[in-house]
Amino acid sequence: MTTTLTEIKHLPTLALLVCCEYLAIFKKTVAMHEVFLCRVAAHPILRKDLNFHVFLEYNQDLSVRGKNKKEKLEDFFKNMVKSADGVIVSGVKDVDDFFEHERTFLVEYHNRVKDASAKSDKMTRSHKNVADDYNRIGSSLYALGTQDSTDICKFFLKVSELFDKTRKIEARVSADEDLKLSDLLKYYLRESQAAKDLLYRRSRSLVDYENANKALDKARAKNKDVLQAETTQQICCQKFEKISESAKQELIDFKTRRVAAFRKNLVELAELELKHAKLQVMCAVRKCPSD
Amino acid sequence: MEIADRISFLYIFCLFAMKECCNSCYMLHMATGSSNFFLFFWFFFWKQSSPSSPEPASLPAEDLSTNSNGPKPSEIMLDGDREDLFAEATEEVSLDSPERDPILSPETTPAVTPVTPTALIAPRMESKSVTAPVIFDRSREEIEEEANGDLFDIEINVSDPEKVGDGMNAYMAYRVTTKTSLSIFHKNEFSVKRRFSDFLGLHSKLATKYMHIGYIVPPAPEKSIVGMTKVKVGKEDSSSTEFVEKRRAALERYLQRTVKHPTLLQDPDLRQFLESSELPRAVNTQALSGAGILRMVNKAADAVNKMTIKMNESDAWFEEKQQQFENLDQQLRKLHASVEALVCHRKELSANTAAFAKSAAMLGNSEDHTALSRALSQLAEVEEKIDQLHQEQAFADFYVFSELLGDYIRLIAAVKGVFDHRMKCWQKWQDAQVTLQKKREAEAKLQLANKPDKLQQAKDEIKEEIEEWETKVQQGEKDFEQISKTIRKEVGRFEKERVKDFKTVIIEYLESLVQTQQQLIKYWEAFLPEAKAIA
Repeated sequence: MTTTLTEIKHLPTLALLVCCEYLAIFKKTVAMHEVFLCRVAAHPILRKDLNFHVFLEYNQDLSVRGKNKKEKLEDFFKNMVKSADGVIVSGVKDVDDFFEHERTFLVEYHNRVKDASAKSDKMTRSHKNVADDYNRIGSSLYALGTQDSTDICKFFLKVSELFDKTRKIEARVSADEDLKLSDLLKYYLRESQAAKDLLYRRSRSLVDYENANKALDKARAKNKDVLQAETTQQICCQKFEKISESAKQELIDFKTRRVAAFRKNLVELAELELKHAKLQVMCAVRKCPSD
Repeated sequence: MEIADRISFLYIFCLFAMKECCNSCYMLHMATGSSNFFLFFWFFFWKQSSPSSPEPASLPAEDLSTNSNGPKPSEIMLDGDREDLFAEATEEVSLDSPERDPILSPETTPAVTPVTPTALIAPRMESKSVTAPVIFDRSREEIEEEANGDLFDIEINVSDPEKVGDGMNAYMAYRVTTKTSLSIFHKNEFSVKRRFSDFLGLHSKLATKYMHIGYIVPPAPEKSIVGMTKVKVGKEDSSSTEFVEKRRAALERYLQRTVKHPTLLQDPDLRQFLESSELPRAVNTQALSGAGILRMVNKAADAVNKMTIKMNESDAWFEEKQQQFENLDQQLRKLHASVEALVCHRKELSANTAAFAKSAAMLGNSEDHTALSRALSQLAEVEEKIDQLHQEQAFADFYVFSELLGDYIRLIAAVKGVFDHRMKCWQKWQDAQVTLQKKREAEAKLQLANKPDKLQQAKDEIKEEIEEWETKVQQGEKDFEQISKTIRKEVGRFEKERVKDFKTVIIEYLESLVQTQQQLIKYWEAFLPEAKAIA
């Protein structure tokens, strides 16, 4: 009987717990969406896109249709082709030092971010487990404390309260770590993938350009279809130069953004950790002298 | 772990386990008393487990180490050596195992008059060897009610575990150091070398002498086949050092708790254990022993009896206390399970934090923006320090909190055993009364009988028997009162100890938590300017 009574006493805090968890998850998802939208808005070209405007302004339901099976299959094949092509294209040495450097950097960076992101996830999950354990210990101590009203039982009750508070703080620590650190790393994992894709597209166009050059030379040698080869070559050249220019700009932006985002998140992470640790010390100290 | 290591570990584990099986089979043979079936198995296991020179203690018979012909079963029997009762090998995590309490054989033990506590206990100087200790400011003194003006203090340390011997015969020897100002000891400071089975032997002797008259004898640490096998194999990895450290701490707590008990402190066996440099090997500390077998049978009988004894509890205090201890037992077990889970998860957290630190360092290396790169390396360092912190905290979790809970769960089992003894005492008393009644009826019948020649002789016999049983009834009553009184006192003492222990330990644990958080604050405060400096 006593166990059910203690469980009932904990019920309002249980509802609170569920609320807090939901809020934490909500905060996390919303933060990512905000970052995404800000990025799009800050981009000189993308911000002018009609879809973006519709998304921001249309005040009724957008009714976006998810991809059906056919489209998902198409995507899958496209990915396969792309990665195979990417391997071929990446063999080509680039004339431009900047891009060559960027390529090596991005490949390495992407792998390391992937690793860091995975480990950070595991760390935050362990933290959450520890917080859950505190919860269980707190309720066991509470049960011990309700045995009778001797001194030791009052002591147990106080300690159980302390564990409760500590648990809430630890849970928040884990949630914040998740938000600031894990999410940051996950985001940059995907960003670096996107940057790699950009480089791939550029390399692709470079290969096309070089092929077009070779074709032109061949045509000139044979003196057949020279004009056609010339126009193709012109188009490829333009495309290549355009993509090179915008890629350069994008990659520089990428670096700036990355540095800024890391700075912001790391600072916030440190501040939050400090806040929580100080709070824990305060809670414990307030309980202890009264013993 | 190498394949070869793994195989050798498994092999020695099997040997060790088979030795224990061998002993159990022998016991079963004696218990069933019937077929040669078990005898055969015993022989088989014994042959398997003792390749060349069998370890003395594994032979059911005696200490002769060269005897490999097989001992004769009849030699081992009840040789009156009841002092070698022992709790058989139990797996490491078996707080539930009912074989914890060494229960006595039905015959009365050699007469030992319990010495009533005659001394004051002054503030003890206990030094718990936890590596993250925070010396708690003890302002309370504990003073026993019975004062005699004598102040005594005694401090015991168990240290320096070292491996002696090789292979199957290897064991760990611990140094037991005693510092005391008591007069019953010959010197003020002395130390001896003891092995684990010696501790177990001491416990069984004390339990034999004191449990059945109502004293709560602190239980000894548990045996562990897996742990000992690791030691025997000689693996030098962290889990076997952890095991040895855990055992050393447990032995120290056991001794400290035992000497805190004023009656047990006066016991000559305890003194011999602490003082004499050579201790007779407690040979029958394995599953096998004449009394051990008897105990198995008795335990089964007791379990049945407990269900059938309907004791007229004249004293509500006892019923209340028993209920209280049941509840306490349940709660402590739950708490213990939660704390063990905490230890496990914190170790996980520490490992994951270390992995993350390495990963962040690599990321910092590949980052080409210098300030960010430096900040990431700093982050990696912070996380590494935090990982160390988590490890220490896990250590404290375990040694301070979890082990105390385990100790108390075993102690409560001992307390329950004492209550059971009281019930048995009552049963004996009642039985004596019933027999007396029967004898009186027989006497009355004889009075009415008409056989003059046998009458006088029979009458005399009956009279003698009646007198005998009357004394027995009186003795039974006195014993029962005595045990009830002793139990009350013991329980009172136990409660006080429990309150003190729990308070001390929990406060120590909370202090360790606070320390961890304070360290965390330092680390993050150092990191913050680095993060802000990213341009």
